[in-house]
Amino acid sequence: MVVHTLSDDEVDRIFQALADATRRDILVHVLRHGQSVSALANRYEMSFAAVQKHVAVLERADLVTKQRRGREQIVEGNAATLRKAGALLDEYEQLWIDRANRIADLLRQEGKSR
Amino acid sequence: MTVLSSSKDLDTLTLTMVAEFDATPESVWGVWEDPRKLERWWGPPTFPATFTRHDFVVGGESRYYMTGPDGEKPRGWWRIDGIDKPHRLEFANGLSGDDGEPVPGVEPMPGYVTFEAVGGKTRMTAVTHFVDVEQMEKMLGIGMQEGMAAAMGQIDALL
Repeated sequence: MVVHTLSDDEVDRIFQALADATRRDILVHVLRHGQSVSALANRYEMSFAAVQKHVAVLERADLVTKQRRGREQIVEGNAATLRKAGALLDEYEQLWIDRANRIADLLRQEGKSR
Repeated sequence: MTVLSSSKDLDTLTLTMVAEFDATPESVWGVWEDPRKLERWWGPPTFPATFTRHDFVVGGESRYYMTGPDGEKPRGWWRIDGIDKPHRLEFANGLSGDDGEPVPGVEPMPGYVTFEAVGGKTRMTAVTHFVDVEQMEKMLGIGMQEGMAAAMGQIDALL
C-alpha cells in the first residue's frame, strides 16, 4: 500500500537488523568511519565471533559493507539504505496523520448535514 | 491544523499522536463507535477498511479487512479493553489470517484513545504501544503504520 523502493524482504531484513541495540551501536560507529571487525570486537563485551555475527546481519540488510584492506576486514556504513528505510517510515507515520485528517473531514461533513 | 503533535518513544515502544477536531467529544467518539463511520477513515482511500463485526463493548471484538487496488485483502481484528464514553477508549489491534480470525501466537497491539473538550473543540490523543519489534514487523503486512513507530524512532536516532 506504500510506494517505496524496497521489497518487503528488504524491509524485514533492515528492521530485524535494527532491532538489536548492539547492531544499532555498531551501525552508528561505522557510519562515522569504517572500522575493522577486530576494532569493533574490542568495543563490546562479547566474543569476536558474536560481533562478526552482528556485522553479518547488518551486511545482509545492506546497512554495511565489508572491504578487505590488507589483512583486515573494514566495515563501512551504508547511509543510502538507511535513508531509503527512513523515507519509507516517514510514509507510515504520515498514515496516522492522514487518519486524523480523514476524521476531521468526516466530522465537517456531519456538521454541514446537521 | 488537525494534528498537533506526533511522537515516538523508542524506550517504551510507544507512538503518541495528538489531534484537535472542531466537534464535540461525543461526535468524535462516534467515528470510533459507529462501524460505518470508522470505515470512512481507518484505511486510506486506496485501501478502504470494511468492518464485518464491531462489538463495541468491553471484552467485545471487531473483525475487519482492507481492500487494496489489486484486490488484496489484508485482515485485522480489535479487542475492546475499556470504554468510558466519551472520554476514553482502550483497544488492542491484531493481525488476522485469511479466515478473518486472529493469527494464533501474534499478540495484538494495545493502545488507548482519550477525548477532551478544549475550548469548544475536542482534543484526541491516540497512544499505541508495541510489544516488540517482531510484532511490529508482522503488523506491517496490514499497513499498521503505528507498528512502525518504534522502528522509526530507531532510525531517527541513527540519522
